[in-house]
Amino acid sequence: MAIIEVTGVRKAYGRRPAVDGVSFAVEEGEIFGILGPNGAGKTTTVECIEGLRVPDAGVIRVAGHDPVADHDEVTRILGAQLQESELQPKLTVREALALYAAFYPNPADWRPLAERLGLGEKLNTRFAKLSGGQKQRLFIALALIGNPRVVVLDELTTGLDPRARRDTWALIEDVRRSGVTVLLVTHFMEEAQRLCDRVAVIDKGRIAALDTPSGLIRRAAGSTVISFTPSAPLDDIALTELPQAAAVEEKHGRVTIHGTDETVNAVITLLARHHITAHQLRVSEATLDDAFLDLTEASA
Amino acid sequence: MTTTLTPPRPARAARTSRTAAVAVLKTETRLFRREPAGLFWIMVFPTVLLVVLGSIPGFRDPDKALGGIRFVDAYVPVAVLLSMIMAGLQAMPPVITGYRERGILRRMSATPVRPSALLGAQMGLHGAAALISALLSLTVGRLAFHVALPHQLFGYALGLLLAVLSALALGALVSALSRTSKVANAIGSAVFFPMMFSAGVWLPVQAMPDTLGRIVELLPFGAAAQALNEAAAGSWPGWDHLGILALWTVLLSAAATRWFRWE
Repeated sequence: MAIIEVTGVRKAYGRRPAVDGVSFAVEEGEIFGILGPNGAGKTTTVECIEGLRVPDAGVIRVAGHDPVADHDEVTRILGAQLQESELQPKLTVREALALYAAFYPNPADWRPLAERLGLGEKLNTRFAKLSGGQKQRLFIALALIGNPRVVVLDELTTGLDPRARRDTWALIEDVRRSGVTVLLVTHFMEEAQRLCDRVAVIDKGRIAALDTPSGLIRRAAGSTVISFTPSAPLDDIALTELPQAAAVEEKHGRVTIHGTDETVNAVITLLARHHITAHQLRVSEATLDDAFLDLTEASA
Repeated sequence: MTTTLTPPRPARAARTSRTAAVAVLKTETRLFRREPAGLFWIMVFPTVLLVVLGSIPGFRDPDKALGGIRFVDAYVPVAVLLSMIMAGLQAMPPVITGYRERGILRRMSATPVRPSALLGAQMGLHGAAALISALLSLTVGRLAFHVALPHQLFGYALGLLLAVLSALALGALVSALSRTSKVANAIGSAVFFPMMFSAGVWLPVQAMPDTLGRIVELLPFGAAAQALNEAAAGSWPGWDHLGILALWTVLLSAAATRWFRWE
């Protein structure tokens, strides 16, 4: 069952459309990613879902409720971590957790929650004295403190070091295991590939693609990349006529071919026929990065 | 499952929002107490100024320019108004603007609690601090300098209440018009000096030359100063002074509400 339904949502700032007809549904229990370049409309979309902005057109339902008209109800179902928000600088972790717990009819016990998020040692530390990673973990705790059915995490790991980022990912998987649906906004491909069950790629206010991460990669042209240094020049050999070779480049004596599994076999056969050895032959799968660039360029 | 055991939602919601408002007020009170500079300027400085000036021997003799009362008598209402100006205009706007600037109000909008609870708590705290400071000035004036307590107590209390409200409304308007807490500090300071002047910090309103006095009485703290002086002397404060003060409060509040942005 879909816990979030977004249908034909539009939102413009002045005359500039930020979100231009976006529709998708998030199923209960999944980690759903919204991926896109800066300024693509990701944050505006989730802010409409959180009820912080009123869409110009379209319908949004969170567990059947309208985020604007039933704001109170939606805020009890949906926990949010906002991009670039802070807390009172002199508020301690303990006070923040206790305060936000008082906002909800059925709050989680904040002590085990703080332990689970690795904030147990920091309860008496003021917000201003926390590190970036600790602040983010506190915001995750605040998003979870109302025992929500769905959490929206907007650019959660931006500004974190790789270690803290990985810890945060483990945490998000943990949150999902506890039965909470996660809507994740990110511009990190690796994050989306690692965490998300499905990803909506948003570009210029529209959905460019919606699929599983591996589906998106497969969909991108030239998802298999073959590269090698030939033992002799390839001048006379028509590599471009290889089956499904999307692109062929040669640079500093090294050849790179984008294609499919079929292309790999064809290249090897072709080279063997010409008695050319492929030195340092590498075959790699394209990443979500490649797929993303491909998708966002296609709609440009 | 567990939801079937919970009481019907309206009752729960009402109880939660009451608990939430209390929690916000408690938290903001704690944070307020963590600002020693703000506490000093609002709650200590006005009385210290009164004590310093009251220690000058000449200010303890009856003064013809003040209609026969002593300077220190005239300065108690000034100290009282100074605490309100400090609270409403100097201390509060940077806090509220900072809450908006840092996204604290926005974060609260994503919970079942309205961010107006934060603003209400801040205004209540600054108002309460100013009133406590006023009581301190009255007490110290009475004990140290034998300044008589206000003879028309109700009139004085009404004047105090209106003065606090207008100070908070003025501060709220400064917060509404300032995009950042730096701007709030700048605008606050620009308005601060005229307000201190009109309250009589440099020269009590009674001692001001005629024309100047009449202009100052049209300003919120000039009107407040005159209302408090009249009540201190024992008569009911003039409706013109109370009326001007009330009008300012209404206008400033309306403008603050009109222009306030949550983000």
